Amino acid sequence: MELRFEEERPIFLQLAEQLEDGILSGAFPEESQIPSTTEISVRFKMNPATALKGINLLVDDGIIYKKRGLGMFVSEGAVEKLSDKRKEQFFERFVCSMIEEARRLGISESDMIGMIRRGCAS
Amino acid sequence: MKKITLSGISKSFGGSRALENVDLTFESGKIYGLLGRNGAGKTTLLKILYGILYPSSGRVLSDDKEIRINDNFLGNLFYVGEPDYFPVETSLRKLFSETKYFRPEFDTEYALSLTSLFGLDSSKSLRSLSTGQRTLFKDILALSSGASFIFLDEPILGLDANRRDILYRTILGKYNESPFTIVISTHLIEEISSIVEHVIILHEGRVVRDEPLDSLLASGYSVSGKKDAVRKYISGKSVMGIDALGGFECAYILGARQENGHQDELEFGRLSLQKIFVQMTGSKGGDDK
Repeated sequence: MELRFEEERPIFLQLAEQLEDGILSGAFPEESQIPSTTEISVRFKMNPATALKGINLLVDDGIIYKKRGLGMFVSEGAVEKLSDKRKEQFFERFVCSMIEEARRLGISESDMIGMIRRGCAS
Repeated sequence: MKKITLSGISKSFGGSRALENVDLTFESGKIYGLLGRNGAGKTTLLKILYGILYPSSGRVLSDDKEIRINDNFLGNLFYVGEPDYFPVETSLRKLFSETKYFRPEFDTEYALSLTSLFGLDSSKSLRSLSTGQRTLFKDILALSSGASFIFLDEPILGLDANRRDILYRTILGKYNESPFTIVISTHLIEEISSIVEHVIILHEGRVVRDEPLDSLLASGYSVSGKKDAVRKYISGKSVMGIDALGGFECAYILGARQENGHQDELEFGRLSLQKIFVQMTGSKGGDDK
């Protein structure tokens, strides 16, 4: 896992997303252990409170769970849950903003669909 | 000791004011960033905390109680100022064992392990060290001190990127093991912004910001675009400052983001600690036409 943080968004959110990426890509399979807050804090040079905040986002979403005294593990079904969530985000982030921009430029619905087909084919 | 409080601290040197009515609290187990430009009063503040300087007025409290000479207050604290206070011909190894003499909680073994981690030779004298190596010596003393409140004054002065990296990891490793309070005083901000939890900004002897990093970063935003559009948008808003580049401008605004209806012509962004710092401590009246 390689974290590169940008200024634009809070670090804890970026950490949560990158851990999600790791789970989706299979770097952290379901039921496997993820790095502890201490490891994340030292390795990526962030305050442990920030690391905990990022991890707790995933705990709240049921993507990972804590085993007392053992550490944190990827939940069963986490991959499916995440890919559903990402598909929803895909719609909001890309499709909705694409339609917005298309309207601004006066691109019709059928032209837009034509462009998507062209993109898929290439 | 759970907290140290500065209450109404002012300090003058001759006729010039170094600190003006400073109220601050340092709680246990937190990483603080004490930020200010050169001459903002950071070092004076640390020296007053450590009893090297007396304030002109105001009090330093430990857990809400006035500090008395016989308290073990200083045993809980560690501050290293300029290393010139040390005998310069003495070897680092000897300086460690002498520190142990004054401070029984000092971890000599840990100090020696950090010395080799940073590639220093413990048989060398303080005089033979470069600026960066002296900084490291101070940092090693502080991290090995066993104190529950550590004050680091410019802990990365003269350090190359590699050693800064090791230093941050060392601090965090130690902090994760058993949280202590660490106050990092620096004017090099961007690098420590992911480490600190709470930020204090000093400007010309006054505290201008004292709050958790998250809330500080959320307290404003940037907006950029063509000059006319930016000017129209910011009118009536609380503007910290504006950077201009030809017909393009970027304004830094305090308050909650209001993007509605403006996304077409303006771009909205988050503030970084560096940007907030520069805007809060820049010379006034820099609004260039």
